[in-house]
Amino acid sequence: MSDIAIEARNIVAGYVPELPILKRVSMQAETAKVTVIIGPNGAGKSTLIKAIAGLVKVTSGQVLLKGEDVTNPRPDQMGGYGLAYVPQSDNIFRSLTIRQNLDLLLRNAGAERSSRLNALFEQFPPLADKQHQKAGSLSGGQRQFLAVAMALAVNPSVILMDEPSAGLSPKAAQEVLEHARQLTAQGVSIILVEQNVKQALRLADHCYILADGRNQIDGPAEDLLGDPVVAQIYLGGKRVAAP
Amino acid sequence: MIQHLVDGILVGSILSLGAIGLTMAMHMLRFANFSHAELLSIGAYCALVFDGVFKAVYTPLGDVIGPLSLTWALSLAIVISMAITGGSAILIDRLVFARVRAKGGELSMVFASFGVAMIIRNVLGLTFGLKVQLYSQDIVFAMVLSRDPFLLVKPDQIFSLVAALIIMFAFHLVLSRTTFGYSLRAVAENPQLAQVSGINLNRMITLIWIIGGGLAAAAGVFYGLTNQINPVLGRDLLLPIFAATIVGGIGSIYGAALGGFLVGIASNLALLILPSGYSPAMPFLIILAVLIIRPTGLFGEERQ
Amino acid sequence: MIGLISYLIFFTTVAAILSIAVLGLNLQWGNSGLFNGGVVAFFGAGAYGTLILGGTAQSAHLGGFELFYPLALIGGMMCAGLMAWVVGKLTIRLRHDYLAIATFGVAVAFENLMRNAEGLSGGAQGLRGFERPLHAWLGDGFTYNAIFLVFVLILLIATYRFLELLIRSPYGRLLRAIREDETAAQSLGKDPAKIRLASLIIGSVIMGLSGGLYATFYAFISPQDILPILTFQIWAMLIVGGAGNNKGAVAGAFLIWAAWTASGWGLSRFAPLEMQLYTGSIQFILIGLVIVGMLLWRPQGLFPEKLVISQSGRAKHVKNRE
Ligand SMILES: Nc1ncnc2c1ncn2[C@@H]1O[C@H](COP(=O)(O)OP(=O)(O)O)[C@@H](O)[C@H]1O
Ligand SMILES: [Mg+2]
Repeated sequence: MSDIAIEARNIVAGYVPELPILKRVSMQAETAKVTVIIGPNGAGKSTLIKAIAGLVKVTSGQVLLKGEDVTNPRPDQMGGYGLAYVPQSDNIFRSLTIRQNLDLLLRNAGAERSSRLNALFEQFPPLADKQHQKAGSLSGGQRQFLAVAMALAVNPSVILMDEPSAGLSPKAAQEVLEHARQLTAQGVSIILVEQNVKQALRLADHCYILADGRNQIDGPAEDLLGDPVVAQIYLGGKRVAAP
Repeated sequence: MIQHLVDGILVGSILSLGAIGLTMAMHMLRFANFSHAELLSIGAYCALVFDGVFKAVYTPLGDVIGPLSLTWALSLAIVISMAITGGSAILIDRLVFARVRAKGGELSMVFASFGVAMIIRNVLGLTFGLKVQLYSQDIVFAMVLSRDPFLLVKPDQIFSLVAALIIMFAFHLVLSRTTFGYSLRAVAENPQLAQVSGINLNRMITLIWIIGGGLAAAAGVFYGLTNQINPVLGRDLLLPIFAATIVGGIGSIYGAALGGFLVGIASNLALLILPSGYSPAMPFLIILAVLIIRPTGLFGEERQ
Repeated sequence: MIGLISYLIFFTTVAAILSIAVLGLNLQWGNSGLFNGGVVAFFGAGAYGTLILGGTAQSAHLGGFELFYPLALIGGMMCAGLMAWVVGKLTIRLRHDYLAIATFGVAVAFENLMRNAEGLSGGAQGLRGFERPLHAWLGDGFTYNAIFLVFVLILLIATYRFLELLIRSPYGRLLRAIREDETAAQSLGKDPAKIRLASLIIGSVIMGLSGGLYATFYAFISPQDILPILTFQIWAMLIVGGAGNNKGAVAGAFLIWAAWTASGWGLSRFAPLEMQLYTGSIQFILIGLVIVGMLLWRPQGLFPEKLVISQSGRAKHVKNRE
């Protein structure tokens, strides 16, 4: 049994108190692995990630980070726990330059600031070339790289990514996803929400399927990739209504 | 014509200082703060009090600086006044706005701000009297900058303009060169993303009030120096300052700065065709024009 | 004795006239969440409109149409509605600060225009030359005032009834739905902006009625009657009465008007001579404190709607119709 980076237990959460979107959802993500969450639109995938990040109130259940209870963190203190979150859209500050976006995230890095900035630029060379341009002028793929770079700036142990490939060309999507995969080599654990189910399953280690705010199926990614039911529902087989 | 233009620029710099703080608070807290202009009054009176205190404590501070009517005492008082007015802005927020906000009354905040404005304005009137006051009783003659076209400017006006420009330039440097400035802009653009980027929103609200209050205080003193001080100073400047934020686009700091100058200039140029009695209505015409031509203002973003 | 009754009639007439304006504001703010920072402009449009349309010819300013009184009153209301349409059209789709600022601006501009445009409004001297309707038959005394009070009360009740019907109609339900959740209402295929614009205009027309009656009562209007303080008084009335509640709005109007008159009388009578200049400031602070205090400690107002009763009443009402 390898160690668990982050765990959600029986999460109940929603945007208004009377109307829970997540109804006792549980999941675990192993250290330095990619855990992917898939499911139909409106299943509550984004809500689950936001609940972990403290942006949606968890009314019951727990979030454990390396065994420590971090349920309902103040969103601005999330970084302190080693947690970073890349939102689904609007995930960079368009009116700031690329450099300013990164400087903002590195503002508390003290003496390490310039070395960490250089390390990020090495990882994402296109960002270095355009560092003095407004982030709003970047292409979709480059925006996602900037968003990931911003998340990495706080040296997180876990990154939550909400559909980083949405709206990208297949090539750019593949690049972003592969980069996420590579991050695990640095010991970072990734929780990834994805619509590109096939691509995601190919590079993920473990997969959870959510529908209607509940856990449906979960298992090793390769098993699900070969599972006929999953294939039928999610991998472009016959269209069946979500359970 | 040239005289009106120059006068407009001078008034405009004061409106800009007021509008920058207003647009930031209005954008961040999402309500039209009708008490913002009272911060100009607080600043003007606060400087008046400390000017007197400094002169009493150490007489040489009462000497005027160069050709200005501005004394060393008043220059020190401006700095103190900026700090105290910033503090007052936070105090008002804690006492009233934060509590109304906590009750979820985004729209009620506008009402509350009117109530606050009325209380401040009339408490100032009760404390300092309804009469007009001046920082200096000395008569400073205007300089004739040119005879053709005829152009009169008072040294104090030039000082106010230059000081306002320096303050705005310093703020520009903060916004464009420091991570604190980036966080201000980040919060303005996307508060939720700013929060997950580790920015504490409540702390930012406090800082925005300090900056807004400080800039308003400077504007109030400059207005007092170039015109006069009275308890309805804030009331009279409220609509032009709002107009400046709308011209610039609500939420845009640079827009507010530019908007202040545009409103100042347009209002003064309008005096060429309209009798001066109509000048209080000018800002409203400017607001109407912006809403018709370009509701988002110069730099505003399309948003509800 | 007759003096006291005369005073009571006078007081009740003014309070009832202001109640009508508060009802108009309640439609805008209480039921639609629209912030009107320039109530006094719409009140003033009604007042000036009525007197200009219904007045006798004057050399100093516009007027002399000598319209049949009800038509003059309706004309005044239309002036208010027209102004609301212009302001609303430009701002209703923008974020709510714009409406607040624009309505505040319209009040400043309106007062400024009335003060300066002598040919239109008589300027600072005010608008003269209006004969109160039926004044030839009823004279100017006690009888006239008593009958005018009845007339005002009838219009107050009519306005109240109209608004109660309106907010219970499908349109009223839509208004509240938009107030609660604009996007949800949008998904019903209705354009929330149009519905809110209608509410702004109807509310302003009602304020115009109030202004028209006010000007009729005094047979005179001047810029002094349309100062911003009137807007604050009308707000205070609504906030004290409880936004959303028409009965409370009327009660709030009477309460605040009584408090305002009493405090003015008390201050002028008992304040030391050197303070007399400042009685206005003290009254303004009191109004400010009432507004802020209510929002902080009793945002639902002094007379909050008893939801259970009104809902069961509504349920019954619906059943009867079926
Ligand atoms: N900000 C919000 N306020 C209220 N309900 C929301 C909000 N965001 C999402 N929802 C609702 O929550 C449910 C789950 O949404 P989401 O978590 O975004 O789904 P997914 O990411 O799986 O597509 C949906 O029914 C959606 O309508
Ligand atoms: Mg989603």
